[in-house]
Amino acid sequence: MVSRRSPALDLERPRGGYLSRGNVVSLLSQLAVVALVIGGGYLLFATTQANLEQRQIHSGFRFLSFEAGFSIGDSLIPYSPSDTYGYAFLVGIINTFFVSILSIVLATVVGIAVGVAEVSRNWLIARLGEIYVELLRNVPLLLTLIFMYTVVLAGLPAVRQSIDLFGLVFLNQRGLYLPRPLPLDGFGYVAAAFAAAVVGVIVLVRWARRHHERTGTAVPVLALSVALLLLAPLVAYVAAGLPLDWELPALKGLNFRGGWVCRPEFAALLVGLVLYRGAFIAENVRAGIVAVGKGQREAAAALGLPPGRTMHLVVLPQALRTIIPSTTNDYVSLVKDSSLAVAIGYPDMVSIGGTMIGQNGQAIEVIGMWMAIYLAINLLVSLLMNWANVKAQLVDR
Amino acid sequence: MTKRWFTSLCAMVIAGPAVAGTLDDVKARGQLNCGVGEGVPGFSIPDSSGRWTGFDVAMCRAVSAAIFGDPDKIKFVPLSSNQKVLAVATGQVDVTSRTTTWTMQRDAKEGVDFTVIVYYDGQAFMVRKDLGLKSAKELAGGTVCVTAGTTTELNLADFGRANGINFEPVVFDGKKEAVNAYASGRCDALTTDYTQLAAFRTTLADPKAHVILPEIISKEPLAPLVKHGDNQWKDLVTWTIIGLVQAEELGVTQTNVDDMKATTKNPDIQRMLGVSGDYGAYVGLGKDWLYNAIKAVGNYGEIYDRNLGSGSPLGMERGKNALWTKGGLLYVPPIR
Amino acid sequence: MPEVFTPSPALPPPPSTVGAIGWMRENLFKGWFNSALTIVALLFIGAVVPPLASWLALDATFSGDAAACRASGGACWSFIAAEARLFMIGTYPIAHAWRPLVSGLLLLGLFVATARHLLPPLTAAALWLLLPLPVYWLLGGGLGLEEVEPAKWGGLMLTLLLAVVGVVVSVPCGILLALGRRSRFVAIKSVCVGLIELVRGVPMITILFMATIMMPFFLPQGVQVGIVFRVQIGIILFSSAYMAEVVRGGLQGIDRGQHEAAAALGLKRWHTTLFIVLPQALRDVLPPLIGRCIALLKDTSLVIIVGLLDFLGIAKAAAKDPQWLGFDAEAFVFCAAVYWVLCFSLSRYGKSLERRGHGAFKK
Repeated sequence: MVSRRSPALDLERPRGGYLSRGNVVSLLSQLAVVALVIGGGYLLFATTQANLEQRQIHSGFRFLSFEAGFSIGDSLIPYSPSDTYGYAFLVGIINTFFVSILSIVLATVVGIAVGVAEVSRNWLIARLGEIYVELLRNVPLLLTLIFMYTVVLAGLPAVRQSIDLFGLVFLNQRGLYLPRPLPLDGFGYVAAAFAAAVVGVIVLVRWARRHHERTGTAVPVLALSVALLLLAPLVAYVAAGLPLDWELPALKGLNFRGGWVCRPEFAALLVGLVLYRGAFIAENVRAGIVAVGKGQREAAAALGLPPGRTMHLVVLPQALRTIIPSTTNDYVSLVKDSSLAVAIGYPDMVSIGGTMIGQNGQAIEVIGMWMAIYLAINLLVSLLMNWANVKAQLVDR
Repeated sequence: MTKRWFTSLCAMVIAGPAVAGTLDDVKARGQLNCGVGEGVPGFSIPDSSGRWTGFDVAMCRAVSAAIFGDPDKIKFVPLSSNQKVLAVATGQVDVTSRTTTWTMQRDAKEGVDFTVIVYYDGQAFMVRKDLGLKSAKELAGGTVCVTAGTTTELNLADFGRANGINFEPVVFDGKKEAVNAYASGRCDALTTDYTQLAAFRTTLADPKAHVILPEIISKEPLAPLVKHGDNQWKDLVTWTIIGLVQAEELGVTQTNVDDMKATTKNPDIQRMLGVSGDYGAYVGLGKDWLYNAIKAVGNYGEIYDRNLGSGSPLGMERGKNALWTKGGLLYVPPIR
Repeated sequence: MPEVFTPSPALPPPPSTVGAIGWMRENLFKGWFNSALTIVALLFIGAVVPPLASWLALDATFSGDAAACRASGGACWSFIAAEARLFMIGTYPIAHAWRPLVSGLLLLGLFVATARHLLPPLTAAALWLLLPLPVYWLLGGGLGLEEVEPAKWGGLMLTLLLAVVGVVVSVPCGILLALGRRSRFVAIKSVCVGLIELVRGVPMITILFMATIMMPFFLPQGVQVGIVFRVQIGIILFSSAYMAEVVRGGLQGIDRGQHEAAAALGLKRWHTTLFIVLPQALRDVLPPLIGRCIALLKDTSLVIIVGLLDFLGIAKAAAKDPQWLGFDAEAFVFCAAVYWVLCFSLSRYGKSLERRGHGAFKK
């Protein structure tokens, strides 16, 4: 945000030459600040350098190419202890991204649902929504996370007493085990069909909008898109001869093997982040809806729109303009909050970085890497949401 | 504190980063800063009145007694495993005595020096008895709770690789968290040094329901560490601890040390207790340095028995930590 | 006698639109969708509330030892009572417990005096700024009081100390940063912008790691700063950047006419800022400032990751006492309740300020 100088300040500006009193003061004070910053920075740097040298602590980023030697419990990419520190850190970055993106999506869903519930005309639903928001917002996230992990999830049954759904899905202390699809030879066709369906949907949406503007008749875009996205791959799947195998989780030895597993550390982090941040987003949504003038709703009702469509077609699009900026901040906060993974043992970037500090002592480098990556993520989220904001503002006619 | 900070800042600005010895700093401060564990029974844990006790704690108390003649002039700083080496390298503590394994990387690269091995341990696995396991190799595919940033974590990965076993590790920031997760059933096994497993077992709801598997998968020579580059300070800590072992060899105990000092004819004991020679001066201390240390905390054997051995809930055998004369590995250089 | 038209008295509204039934029809069962929602909500309440109530109160044990607790099956509140000292002041020596208590009373007294407008605003501000001094003296000792090392500070006391000192010191720092950010001097402005955005761009935990692990590298040899103070410095740094943004919002909301009027009266730039703009801006930003206080109070719980035993840390540790093994849920619920009461009442206070017109710039 650029802060504009007020005219009052201009009034005071001396109109003398380059060496007028004002300019000299300005120059001197700026020089002082620059000197202070550079001097302070140099002092810190020199002290650190002296400290490192005196203890013969090796510094630099060379360690990133050394073998890490530790294992990681939950990785989305194949990882073994013989991989490098750099690669281990990448595993952490990917985990951070994964849990952040998933939480953002789910927290948005929860936030919108609860926010709409809070302004519902149903008294009971509105109170429940309020209780949820006030309860979650006023308790530290870390407490919610630790509570989830040590109390809620620890209450799940032991491996041998797993909750068993038709022999397909298992739930126990070690996580939620789901069947995993294994693509066979002809699966490429299914993927291609899905890609084609996506293109089809895009074309359909554009055509429907033009058609609507030209003729005034609405096309049931949502139903058609869903049908296209589901049917095209399904047809291809059957035509290609069911090219998919399922790997079922099964108890072998001490643990379940095979299938997809959602581990308790991940689940606790995800649920905690979604519930906590969802409460904040709900508050944004509520405030946004309340800010839309009552007249809009009354006008919509006068036109005969039912309450559901009023919300969907009239109120929410206008509310978005106030919701998006504040929700951007919540998304950014959520990404930063995901660093609390370290408290419950989910191997995110901070957790793996902490292990790296413990294993080789290169704290300065690791903390620098953390900061750089979080700053980059922040910038990315802000850019994306600014773009979304511009889109939402364009609707303003 | 603020005043001291300010004084040293001024001193630094005026004189540049002058290097004072750690011993001078400690004496000026009137207090030894000792890094310890965050609560490992037997090694370092506060008792119900908040007083720190344990084997590692006793080592620091011995150093404090050697310097000040008082085992309580210490500030104990609990350190997480991520901080245990850095805290001493950056001078936030004067010595770390915290079940820390002596490794080449730490010694040569991370800005610290190890003093002398005080405890020979090895990594093992603890499992529930009802799993019926006989060997760690049967843990294949099992979930193992482990602490981040430790040699334990690396040894676990190495053991898996060497034996072609896949473990599913669950890594925690602190030992307590790892023990809790094991206790709640999140993991099949808990791995750390054998002695600590035995110690943690006593804190579980039903200690008898857990067994420690026989395999010792690593060497864990535990040693107190000091910052790199202050040889006088390193000598002081090293020889104070050596003195405690020497005292056990020579039969000098907390109770008989006064008698010994007054009556002994043994030249070794005379040298050690400052009756003859001035060995304390070699490390910058008075003649009575070891007398004070032994008087305060007893000899090595007494410290062991009180915290880990027969006099403690753990009841550990001396094993490798017996004197060399009794089949153990404790063989320290002489004080002469 | 002319016939006069007398309307018959109005009929009462149909019974189905007034009273409890009418209210329910209007608010709970209007249309099938609404009715369905109500029924789902009722089912949910029916499933959650009775077991919760019996655990929290009906089956709970309020006095008695761990064995009595285990037998009852409900919550074990006697555990909280037994460990109350630990929760409140950590391992602070019990003989000196009056010192945290007096500090707490000082804080409470000052808060009430400020909220009730018993003090002139400037005096109140000065007292708040000075508050850390007597509190540190009381807790830490020195000057006649026996020293209690910061390693023994813990529990709710430590949480409040970190949060209150964090807020009190970071507000002036934030004001300076915000003014710097609006400075016409490019150098000052870019330094402030850089600092604010850097700190706001990273998670608090990285700042805390920096304070605990990295800061010692920055310090000259032989300088030891205890971990509590390093963490406090980290918290202040973190909070200052957010406070700066709050204050900036207030500064931006001040009408340009104020500047112009001040200039017309011949006030200097700094006088305008100090006596005209800043007081109005600060008054306007009180509600969001309270919001930051709440956020900071919650955020201080992160210090357990760097090894301090604050209120949450004690809750985690208390249930590991061999005597009371396994009452984690009670510890966390109690901890959450205390946090909730503190944060919720603060947020209510913020809302009431907003209603009284302090949030003027928002409109």
